[in-house]
Amino acid sequence: MLKQIEGSQAIAEAIGLCRPEVICAYPITPQTHIVEGLGQMVDRGEISPCEFINVESEFAALSVAIGASAAGARAYTATASQGLLFMAEAVYNASGLGLPIVMTIGNRAIGAPINIWNDHQDSLSMRDSGWIQLYAETNQEAVDLHIQAFRLAEELSVPVMVCVDGFILTHAYERVDIPEQAQVDAFLPPFEPRQILDPIHPVTIGAMVGPEAFMEVRYLAHYKQMQALGLIPELAEAFQEQFGRDSGDLIKPYRSEDADTIVVALGSVNGTIKDVVDELRDAGMSIGSLAISTYRPFPHKAVRSALEHVKRIVVVEKSLAIGIGGIVATDVQMAVAGLHKPVHTVVAGLGGRPITRDSLRKLFHRADSGHLERLEFLDLKHDVVHEEIARMEAGRRSGPIAENILHSVGTVASQIR
Amino acid sequence: METTIKFYQTDTFTVGNRLLSESERSVQAGMQRTNALNSGHRACQGCGEALGARFAVDAAMRAAGNDLIACNATGCLEVFSTPYPESSWQLPWIHSLFGNTAAVATGVAAAQRVKGTKTRVLAQGGDGGTTDIGFGCLSGMFERNDDVLYICYDNEAYMNTGVQRSSATPPAARTATTVPVGQHSNGNVFGKGKSVPLIAMAHEIPYVATASVADLRDLEAKVTKAMSIHGARYIHIHVPCPLGWGADPAHTIKLARLAIESGLFPVFEAEHGEITGHRAIREQVPVEDYLKLQKRFAHLFRNPKQVAVIAQLQAIADRNIRRFKLLEKSSLNTGGTAV
Ligand SMILES: Cc1ncc(C[n+]2csc(CCOP(=O)(O)OP(=O)(O)O)c2C)c(N)n1
Ligand code: SF4
Repeated sequence: MLKQIEGSQAIAEAIGLCRPEVICAYPITPQTHIVEGLGQMVDRGEISPCEFINVESEFAALSVAIGASAAGARAYTATASQGLLFMAEAVYNASGLGLPIVMTIGNRAIGAPINIWNDHQDSLSMRDSGWIQLYAETNQEAVDLHIQAFRLAEELSVPVMVCVDGFILTHAYERVDIPEQAQVDAFLPPFEPRQILDPIHPVTIGAMVGPEAFMEVRYLAHYKQMQALGLIPELAEAFQEQFGRDSGDLIKPYRSEDADTIVVALGSVNGTIKDVVDELRDAGMSIGSLAISTYRPFPHKAVRSALEHVKRIVVVEKSLAIGIGGIVATDVQMAVAGLHKPVHTVVAGLGGRPITRDSLRKLFHRADSGHLERLEFLDLKHDVVHEEIARMEAGRRSGPIAENILHSVGTVASQIR
Repeated sequence: METTIKFYQTDTFTVGNRLLSESERSVQAGMQRTNALNSGHRACQGCGEALGARFAVDAAMRAAGNDLIACNATGCLEVFSTPYPESSWQLPWIHSLFGNTAAVATGVAAAQRVKGTKTRVLAQGGDGGTTDIGFGCLSGMFERNDDVLYICYDNEAYMNTGVQRSSATPPAARTATTVPVGQHSNGNVFGKGKSVPLIAMAHEIPYVATASVADLRDLEAKVTKAMSIHGARYIHIHVPCPLGWGADPAHTIKLARLAIESGLFPVFEAEHGEITGHRAIREQVPVEDYLKLQKRFAHLFRNPKQVAVIAQLQAIADRNIRRFKLLEKSSLNTGGTAV
């Protein structure tokens, strides 16, 4: 049914249609509306049977999901930013135990400085945890990805993170097609756990494993993720058959078949990028884009074949591997290894700084004329940064950077120096 | 569940008690007991934790009609019982992390409610996993009154990582991180202890009890009682650790008994935040009798003897005696006060 609806509410409704049996989450902006919505749906009996558990921390939230999933219940949680880091130990544990939990990440920057706005540092910090990571471009896709996520998780017995840009998607009111229950039921069969805590057939889950078997367990986790590379496109196709919509899959190329420059990105920024691509195409520039929908496992082959013909690659990413540069760009570089393509990393939109069409247009023009550096920071206030660097170099010790910068840009009147 | 019945102790007064009628015999004396924690695990000789866990889990199994799931924290009990590919557990058992056992148990219990099963849930961990790192999850589980029995096996330190202090380590005890140094330090500092049984009571959960491997019938009776109740329940079991305490493995039960009889480990029961019973001490023994048998207190007895420190420990025991009325007639109605 078509609805004009907030992204979070649409996601909550999608989760409800997936018939979760245990939902457990701890509030953190910008995830809150999702779990509030779910709490109300459980209270109204719209999701039933289902236990909605209020906990004291994110670490407990995912731990409850771990217990529920191991005991054979379809389990769901959601978090963001500090919350995801707070549950980090359990994140690795859930995948190590092979539990098909689905978790929404309302992507948000990680402090300090504390910041509630969107970037991808949080979910990317968990990229090696063994969870499958899907990134939604629109709220419609967020809804569709959640439905696919449960099926994917349960078929492979691995946990799946669905990453949704905080505020940009979670708090945006858009027209979204919410599927019917019967459609979802036809796509997503009831959960059949691979291993279960069952008093009739007791098993030990989570044993201590030494060097003689640990590598093998890890290898098998990797193997399962590689299988996901085959399963994800199959599920996207089955989804399209059932729902009539093209959602998910590994990558989404846009006007890229004959492009000299391709812009690669995760999540909602692809919408803006596509608009600018259209504009520049009309103006005669040979440019296209590539959205990566599945970031873990990383679809190396698909990315490589989508980029094989280009002259240059620009990775626009909302995260920073401090001390190196881009996180996603490193994966893209690996995908095109040996093809000798310049891969430019553009760190953009950190902590929710808007990525405007105007900035992207200028950036792509520079890329087209071969003037882009290997690593750039889009819309970085160079004067402020330089002033602080000068201050750091003048003094023996560097001070509280954030306060100095706020002072320089005139946001605070304090005398902190 | 299929059971293989083994008899470890059939004729001791504590366990087998042939003089009692069938119905009053301890779980371990029964033909139907589960051996939930099977032999062949790698606990040290004389491990109080292994003993406590075997009695507690078997009693819980009997009370649950074998329909029980156990969640375990990281620690000795987990490590010595599940070196892959071997497992000593005869019941469905899960270990997730050091600090999340109570929350995992909450999840398991939630799944049982959704599925409409009657399966009961047990969570267990050492004092480190309970009083320190897992404390947040434990308190959350209490506050929600989740239908979980949580058992803490208190050996008074982090044994699995090589005997470092926990918030249950007694004052003056030597651990790897509280080393007595000359005149400057006498081991673990005073006044830093944390009583999780009392904190559990403050949550006003239906049932809280302390127990000891010195009194296994009482331990079984308390587990049985706890299992007859629904909601959050907490049992704190004192389990000497020969390795960590520097004690003779043959002294495990003796030490546990001296801890009770000196007043250092008060045995009591509470319901909904009120103390409802205590196990009386016939005659209080000096704390010295208990301390002297353990290397972790050896520095108190070297020249010069740390009389003042021992007196401080005696004061703690005396305070427990007053506070829990330990010298008054027992009021436990669990039926198991024979030692
Ligand atoms: C987050 C985390 N920190 C530290 C450890 C290391 N660790 C494993 S067991 C343990 C101590 C266990 O002590 P306790 O809970 O008292 O149980 P015991 O071994 O004494 O029975 C520690 C510190 C860990 N596994 N996880
Ligand atoms: S170290 Fe202590 S608690 Fe651990 S197995 Fe040995 S005796 Fe038991």
